[in-house]
Amino acid sequence: MQTALLIEQILNGLQFGVMLFLMAAGLTLIFGVMGVINLAHGSLYMLGAFACAAVAAATGSFWLGLVASLATAAAAGAIVELLVVRRLYDRDHLDQVLATFALILIFSEGTRWLFGSFPLYLDIPPVLSGAIDLPGGARYQLYRLAIIGVGIAVAIGLYLLISKTRLGMRIRAGQSDREMIAALGVDIQTLYTVVFALGAALAGLAGAMVGALQSVQVGMGEPVLILAFVVIVIGGIGSIKGALVGAALVGLVDTLGRFLLPKVFALFLGPSEGTTVGAALASMLIYVVMALILAFRPRGLFAAGT
Amino acid sequence: MAETVLSIRNLRKSFGALKATDNVSLDLCAGEIHALIGPNGAGKTTLIHQIAGAVKQDGGTIAFLGRDIGGLGVAERARLGLGRSFQISSLAAEFSALRNVMLAVQSRQGSSLRVLRPVMRDSSLTEPALAMLERVGLAGRAHVPAAELSHGERRRLEIAITLALRPRAFLFDEPMAGMGPEGSKSLIGLLNDLRQEAPILLVEHDMDAVFALADRVSVLVYGRVVATGSVSEIRSNTEVRRAYFGEHL
Amino acid sequence: MKRMRSETPIGFLLAGLLLLVPLAAWALDEPFYITLATRVAILALAAVGLNLALGLGGLVSFGHAAFFGIGGYTAGILATHASTLQPLMTWPIEVGGSDQMLVIWPVAMILSGLVALVIGAISLRTSGVYFIMITLAFAQMIYYFAISWPAYGGEDGVPLALRNAFPAIVTSLPLNFFLICYALLIAALYLFARIRDSRFGAALQGARQNEVRLAAVGISPFPIRLAAFVLSGMMTGLAGALFADLNRFVSPSMLSWQMSGELIVLILLGGTGRLFGPVAGAMLFVLLESILGGFTDRWQLFLGLILLGAVLFARGGLVGLLAGKVHHG
Repeated sequence: MQTALLIEQILNGLQFGVMLFLMAAGLTLIFGVMGVINLAHGSLYMLGAFACAAVAAATGSFWLGLVASLATAAAAGAIVELLVVRRLYDRDHLDQVLATFALILIFSEGTRWLFGSFPLYLDIPPVLSGAIDLPGGARYQLYRLAIIGVGIAVAIGLYLLISKTRLGMRIRAGQSDREMIAALGVDIQTLYTVVFALGAALAGLAGAMVGALQSVQVGMGEPVLILAFVVIVIGGIGSIKGALVGAALVGLVDTLGRFLLPKVFALFLGPSEGTTVGAALASMLIYVVMALILAFRPRGLFAAGT
Repeated sequence: MAETVLSIRNLRKSFGALKATDNVSLDLCAGEIHALIGPNGAGKTTLIHQIAGAVKQDGGTIAFLGRDIGGLGVAERARLGLGRSFQISSLAAEFSALRNVMLAVQSRQGSSLRVLRPVMRDSSLTEPALAMLERVGLAGRAHVPAAELSHGERRRLEIAITLALRPRAFLFDEPMAGMGPEGSKSLIGLLNDLRQEAPILLVEHDMDAVFALADRVSVLVYGRVVATGSVSEIRSNTEVRRAYFGEHL
Repeated sequence: MKRMRSETPIGFLLAGLLLLVPLAAWALDEPFYITLATRVAILALAAVGLNLALGLGGLVSFGHAAFFGIGGYTAGILATHASTLQPLMTWPIEVGGSDQMLVIWPVAMILSGLVALVIGAISLRTSGVYFIMITLAFAQMIYYFAISWPAYGGEDGVPLALRNAFPAIVTSLPLNFFLICYALLIAALYLFARIRDSRFGAALQGARQNEVRLAAVGISPFPIRLAAFVLSGMMTGLAGALFADLNRFVSPSMLSWQMSGELIVLILLGGTGRLFGPVAGAMLFVLLESILGGFTDRWQLFLGLILLGAVLFARGGLVGLLAGKVHHG
């Protein structure tokens, strides 16, 4: 019985990690290639969720909604890049932070204006609504397993994209020397727009998938964004591998921490106080882990150049 | 033999497979100007970075005034008396020329954790700083922001800041870079007078400056010192001529 | 030669305006505007704190809400324990609560200073983007801790039944409390100016402009930055304690990332690094909040547009617009 619960929590941790990976991969690509910190990434996550929910409600099909979420997020990303981010490449980090923070306000309030303050609901597609049996006797939602599967597929896809395609080559070259590849005639402007849209699409995908598990509402993206930052700090900016490792670490540590710490403290402090203390400490756990990792590796585990 | 101020022994630094510094040993003695020359890519700037503390060496020792400084950071080495100027001017762009020099004066005087007196009204900072600016001929531009100075003025400000530290040894990384003939001439004069205050390790491409100033010359090629000697010895050294493909010498 | 900054008269004008409005409101018996002005003063104080780290030091902290909230919770927790007469702790020594501002303020500043010391020691070893993300993360950590610690309200926050006390002053009167906050703001502005013009300020600004140059002249950037970050946290913490008294309520939203963003916005609107920037920014922000907010609940959309415009086109903020660029002498 306990094993089943543990396995379930580990899988939950992996599923959480997948979502973080999708966010972090986009963010780290954008920063690695373009040198821009994008606080509006959480908004792109939210837009993906809203697009999926709205289209799914209108057409009755989750899958159409998913396509819509990818398209909407990518399009929004491209527009943001063309209109705003393009002007930020030579600016200092403060300006980038402020401009993308302004975008958060615009997207959040704009979405609230369109959809109101109440959450939207998104249903899990029927084909994935079952559960399968796990060793140990528990049953695990098929949908969550599918999310993990998507994460693995995306990770492989990104790996292939970056190491085996010309676009990937340009991305890698752009990460090491921006001015050089411009001098070599690579169309930087288009490259940047493509990379930004790609990152946005990943965020939108994450939002859409999670939307079916939790509700879709304004402000859902920022807590995830901040966690994605923790992932990037742990993994090292600019490294997709770092994003993968960091995301798995954060997802597992957070989920297992919230599951185990209350129980552990309940042993010492009694059920009621122990659970409270454990839960409160569990909410701080990944940040403590981040701080510890930073103490030894100030630039993360896989920072470019290590 | 004059006192050895800076002593580098068997210094090594590699970037991957590239040996940027390959078992380099050299000395800087009191009262001398020791020029470091070599073709592009020889590793001169990397060597300066290691001496100044900006890059950590892979092996070997760096001794300054008899003390091993290999493990110290940039700021500590500067406080011990190692005054370094940069190949590409590195200035506080918004501060005026005067305030840039005042930073060095403030550092030499000790603690920066003081909040009581406004610096612009502190003559113990402004006067020495102004004196340094006069020495490099920038007194008239004292209140101009560093970003608005001309290239030659910025190079001179670099020197003034380094002078203000009153270092025990100077590390000049291509001070003539980008200076016209007038500027170079006055800078050569300045450096010539400086050697009495503290010895100078001078990295330079400008051969007129090297021949006019250097007591000794070391030639760096592919990270190794291929020759050390007086100017005339180096000029007639065949290996050195080969390294430079017969140019300049 | 001392340059007359055109910024100073404009600053005095703004500070004077901030004093005049509540005095007029008091004369006209409109306490709402006194409260509004107090809000401006407190936000400005918080922003002066951030301006030390961000404006002078170039440290883009997206986690200053942590200090604002710590100051607030200090006030709330001490006041709660004072009113319930329950000690805060009994071991190793008995510590009771307090409803005296003169006790609460130092405690709030010491606590936020200590937290700033820890956060700064960890995050100042990193640079650039890492620093922004790490400060954001630590503030978030404190936020999550606060809402999951039920003893002090969790998500509901901590109410203050009565405004805390100050010797010889009836603090519950709006004008009196405003004057206390205003006096602290003026003191903070004076301190900021002294720091900016001092050796410490020179080193700090030197570190912002060119840390390589600073190290090359023999000054290590890290201790300077850490000291600035701690001072900055203490000042913002004090503002948080005042904010708790203003609203007679400590909300966990004081610790939120939105609050951190708001503080940075205040500084940008007013002019990053400018002495009176935080005052201008706070006035502008509260004006927008009340006027625009009166028209629509979606006023933050327009704030976002204005902010975007300001970042892209009007970088010097309000003070920059009125007084021109900074002259560093």
